[in-house]
Amino acid sequence: MEDDLKSLHEAVLVADEDAALKETRRLLEAGADPRTILETGLAAAMFELGQRWNRGEAFLPEVVAAADVFRLCGELVEPALAARGEKQARHLMVIGTVKGDLHDLGKNIVAALLRTAGFEVRDLGKDVPAERFVEAVRELRPKILGLSALLTTTMLEQKTVIEALAGAGLRPAVKVIVGGAPVTAQWAREIGADAYAANAPQAIEVALGLVGGAASGGGGGGVGG
Amino acid sequence: MAEMEGLRVLSESEIAEIHEAALAVLAECGVFVDSPRALEHLAAKGATVDSATGRVRIPPALVEGALGGCPSWFTLYDRDGGEAFRVGGREVHFATGSCAIRYQEGREVRPSLAEDLVRLAVVTDALPQVEVQSTAVVAGEAPKTLADTYRLYLVLKHSPKPVITGAFSEKGLFDMRALLDAATGGRTGEAPCAIFDVCPSPPLKWTAISAANVMDAAAARLPVEFVSMPMPGAASPVTLAGSVVVHTAETLSGIVLAQTVRRGAPVVWGGAPVGFDMRYGTTPLSAVEATLIAVATAQMGKHYGLPTHTYAALSDAKVLDAQAGAETALSGALAALARINLIAGVGALDFVGTQSSEKLVLDAEVCGMIQRALRGVEVSPETLARDLITELGPGGDYLSQKHTRGHFRSETCVPGLVIDRLDRKGWEGKGGLDASARAKERVAAILADHRPRALEPERAGKLDAAMRRVMADAGCGSLPFVGEG
Repeated sequence: MEDDLKSLHEAVLVADEDAALKETRRLLEAGADPRTILETGLAAAMFELGQRWNRGEAFLPEVVAAADVFRLCGELVEPALAARGEKQARHLMVIGTVKGDLHDLGKNIVAALLRTAGFEVRDLGKDVPAERFVEAVRELRPKILGLSALLTTTMLEQKTVIEALAGAGLRPAVKVIVGGAPVTAQWAREIGADAYAANAPQAIEVALGLVGGAASGGGGGGVGG
Repeated sequence: MAEMEGLRVLSESEIAEIHEAALAVLAECGVFVDSPRALEHLAAKGATVDSATGRVRIPPALVEGALGGCPSWFTLYDRDGGEAFRVGGREVHFATGSCAIRYQEGREVRPSLAEDLVRLAVVTDALPQVEVQSTAVVAGEAPKTLADTYRLYLVLKHSPKPVITGAFSEKGLFDMRALLDAATGGRTGEAPCAIFDVCPSPPLKWTAISAANVMDAAAARLPVEFVSMPMPGAASPVTLAGSVVVHTAETLSGIVLAQTVRRGAPVVWGGAPVGFDMRYGTTPLSAVEATLIAVATAQMGKHYGLPTHTYAALSDAKVLDAQAGAETALSGALAALARINLIAGVGALDFVGTQSSEKLVLDAEVCGMIQRALRGVEVSPETLARDLITELGPGGDYLSQKHTRGHFRSETCVPGLVIDRLDRKGWEGKGGLDASARAKERVAAILADHRPRALEPERAGKLDAAMRRVMADAGCGSLPFVGEG
């Protein structure tokens, strides 16, 4: 079992999708504790990769690929957790690029790095209208909503989303982080966002700060802890 | 004098391969256009449009036809109607970077304000090596909805130099055109003093605003500069050739959109190639691969017979240090050797996010040296000076010669005081300042003494009125530098 967890850990580290999925299935079939698979096998590998990236030893194509493998394996583990009446104990963050903006690269990097930091991330994609953000907040009840905009022309839309959340009575329910090349701390204040992140590493730092320093919500509670 | 060969990184057959690949991408994969109006227009002009998905596939014949309509050069004018220069051919001209949101003095960085853009306009005006100004920073005081128009207002008001700019919304382009008409006395169409940058979203996408800007600018005969931004390994293939294919396909699709609206509309084959740092996810414009892509894409543009542009002569450094100088000079020199007609970026730091007047005055010296290098070595009986050499013989003194007095100005690039050429004692006597400290002094001197040619009062009044109309539309009461009615 120990060895299998180690192989899974390795497979996630090198983003070997086939091997990681195979190991996850094998562990589940052998009756391993799904929480152990998730934490010792999958999340620990992502954490290690995040550390390597911080030290300049891992590169983004590797991190992004591993985050994808991590997500796929997590989906395999989810039903086993649910069968035991448990859910992922990680904080949920919903993220997306606002309407009119077709850039999602920066947002994708933030999503991948959030996963290395232990967040559960729901990525709504790019060109996302305000109503979809509101809907996602209403249904998924994330701790944090991340709004990305790369263009001077589309950053206005961040304000629209925050206003729409307020209109739906959901503004107090979620912390909003805004980011993107033209976005500034002053703009974040002006539009009533909770936080601003200048780059991907800062987005992780800010997100961790908003949930009290750890991405795992403690105990086996509901989504987002 | 030998015409200095342009720097080339692609052979003729490689250019043909890239052209073919780009045509295949446009025909088979196409581009995404987020604008019903542009989709309808392109469908009517012969593109295969799937309006449900926004995908536009462009047949090669449509591309070739559009290319056939593009002028190979156009004349850029200054604000007051004087001819500035031709954009095209082998000429190289430098412009300030045009999309910063911060202004920097020394190590102090702040969100940019109107007064900063005015400073940049005045400093640029004083630098003959920088022939084009740009709406270099946003002015934080302006509401977002008129930020594009206000930038243009400020630079038109404070320097007659031609402008590289861009609109932030569909309406913005019309407001900006109104400002240009006011400032030039209605000569925007026949004597353009502004070039509009329009950026596709990499890879292979056009936003509703960008598509509309291309169509509206072309219709109004405002020169459009396509600024495709390949990003190897992130928004285009990690291979440089693949990135050039994406750039070519994006730019060709823009040209099709412009030329089918108005055949003969002036366009510039531009670009802002960046690197993509696989450690930090940052997009260094000074990555040497980005400069290679710029040279390669310019070769494609020249192959099509078009005026060319790139971002270069800038730096990703955060302060005016050795990295800033090295990156600016290396990318600027390579781009100029490739005979890219407009090289935009001087004054920029930190991934074009920051503009600095201090960097601008130092960069101007680099531009001057590059221009001198491009002029090469003139060989004629007069410059060979065979008779003079024989006459003076061994041990001759050339300093006192008329030949020296007659030619030293044209043969030599004499840099300003920002470039140190004193002996050590002299340098120490002047305080032992480094380049950034000397640049700071130079900026202070320019701002104290330089008075750009003022806009003629009647046109200034019209420009103010045009700006106030845009402000009234947006419910904006007052802005710095906008005169009362």
